[in-house]
Amino acid sequence: MTHILIDDVWKEYGDITILERINIELPDHEFLVIVGPSGAGKTTLLRMLLSQEIPTRGHILIDGEPIAAEPMKDRGVVFQRYSVFPHKTVLGNVMLGPEWQGSAFLGHLFGEKRRALKTRAMALLERVGLAESANKYPHQLSGGMQQRLAIAQALIMQPKVLLLDEPFGALDPGTRKAMHVLVRELWEENAMTIVMVTHDLSEAFLLGTRVIAVDKYRNDPQAQHRFGATITKDFDVRPRIVRDSWTRENGRKPVSEVETAAVETPAMTSAGASLSLGLA
Amino acid sequence: MKRIVNYAPGKGATIILGALPLILIAAVYLLGSEARLAINPNDKLMPSPASFVAAMGRMAGQTDPLSGQTLFWLDTWLSLARLFTSLGVSLILGLVGGILVGFIPYLRSSFGPTLAVLSLIPPLAVLPILFIIFGMDELSKIVLIVFGIAPFIMRDIAIRVSELPREQIIKAQTLGASTWQMIVHVVLPQVLPRLIDALRLSLGAAWLFLIAAEAIASQGGLGYRIFLVRRYLAMDVILPYVAWITLLAFIMDYALKRLSIAAFPWNNVREN
Repeated sequence: MTHILIDDVWKEYGDITILERINIELPDHEFLVIVGPSGAGKTTLLRMLLSQEIPTRGHILIDGEPIAAEPMKDRGVVFQRYSVFPHKTVLGNVMLGPEWQGSAFLGHLFGEKRRALKTRAMALLERVGLAESANKYPHQLSGGMQQRLAIAQALIMQPKVLLLDEPFGALDPGTRKAMHVLVRELWEENAMTIVMVTHDLSEAFLLGTRVIAVDKYRNDPQAQHRFGATITKDFDVRPRIVRDSWTRENGRKPVSEVETAAVETPAMTSAGASLSLGLA
Repeated sequence: MKRIVNYAPGKGATIILGALPLILIAAVYLLGSEARLAINPNDKLMPSPASFVAAMGRMAGQTDPLSGQTLFWLDTWLSLARLFTSLGVSLILGLVGGILVGFIPYLRSSFGPTLAVLSLIPPLAVLPILFIIFGMDELSKIVLIVFGIAPFIMRDIAIRVSELPREQIIKAQTLGASTWQMIVHVVLPQVLPRLIDALRLSLGAAWLFLIAAEAIASQGGLGYRIFLVRRYLAMDVILPYVAWITLLAFIMDYALKRLSIAAFPWNNVREN
């Protein structure tokens, strides 16, 4: 169970206000997508969740505890680029996190522990479709494969929340679609919370259970930076009651078996919305 | 008619074209040497190939009655020992210092400016100070070379470290890495190829400082020998020595290049 609370968070650089009055409460197993124009502060918001940047006011709490002031393993991340380590093989990249956990000085596991970890890592690579490439280096992989590797590398740490910063921004449309399916499935299987930043609206409504728009609510022509961006729209794309019943019906089995449903999300969304209205 | 930049030689032509200037230089020397020797058989400026062979036979084949050793191999050994010792020290200093200064913000703020100043001091200008402090023995020569190239390597490594994508460092932290683990598993492996490059680039400078130090105060060494026999205009020794130094430098450079390719397979192809 992960409960995230962003409580009246502001981000300012001197006189320049980037974000103001950000309030979000995320229940467990939410897929939050943040959209907004370039430079509005979507990525800044994600970076604050990651502790790559620190809010100037307000707090971010995970399960009631304030998050650490530096990136920690409770929050996994996949960036648009440079998320994997070029000097490690695919398998080495995935095993890295647990190896660091298990061996503080050497950062290398031996014997039985290593074999167990290898099995786990291979299973995960199998899941994201990279088992064949386990011994390749990242530069030998395509962009989509590198992103799948980055996701597997983050998932092996079983983070409370996975943060995705425009993860499909550099991919071609076909690869992007395949990645959408994979991320949806992984989100279902691992029952985790995902926060994703994108500038692609259709992607946002396809994947998210909740979509928020970050934008400036007011512009002062004399002082462009006086007002920061805040949450201007908040859509419950897939209301909780619909999601729960849908998950129960499918018994939370891998979504690959109900892939058609996942792909035809827009239709399902409108049906879900009317259903929730009916119930209300 | 295409533009000149669009004409490229084939593979065979590349080899021939590459060898041509060297062959020309050799031919010009041989012709010049023959012409001068025809006028004055005792001319010392441009000796014939036969005198090179004779001189090197003397230097490399016979033991020197004073030292009881073969001078050529003794010189080579002395110079290489000095060179490798100082290169090793510089590598370690450059790698450790460069990573620490490049990766840890407080150390960067503290030592970055000092490092910039140090690497701008002309090493030969402080050579007298080194002789005064460290004496005329081996130590001052090694310190001179280290002083000449370690700050360069250190700065180069520090720059490479600070160029690592921020995303990688953040990602490593979300995987639970400590500062030590990031240094050993993220930073160090990725700067090693650059370390070899920096070493290759500083080889020329290292030889320069070595020969300068040997020329000024030494009991032996390749640079010492060249400057010693200069008094007798012994071009028949100087030129083969220069060729030998060049060959040694070339072999070292080539070996480092091969090592870089063999040791870092992930670095051979740049990201697509």
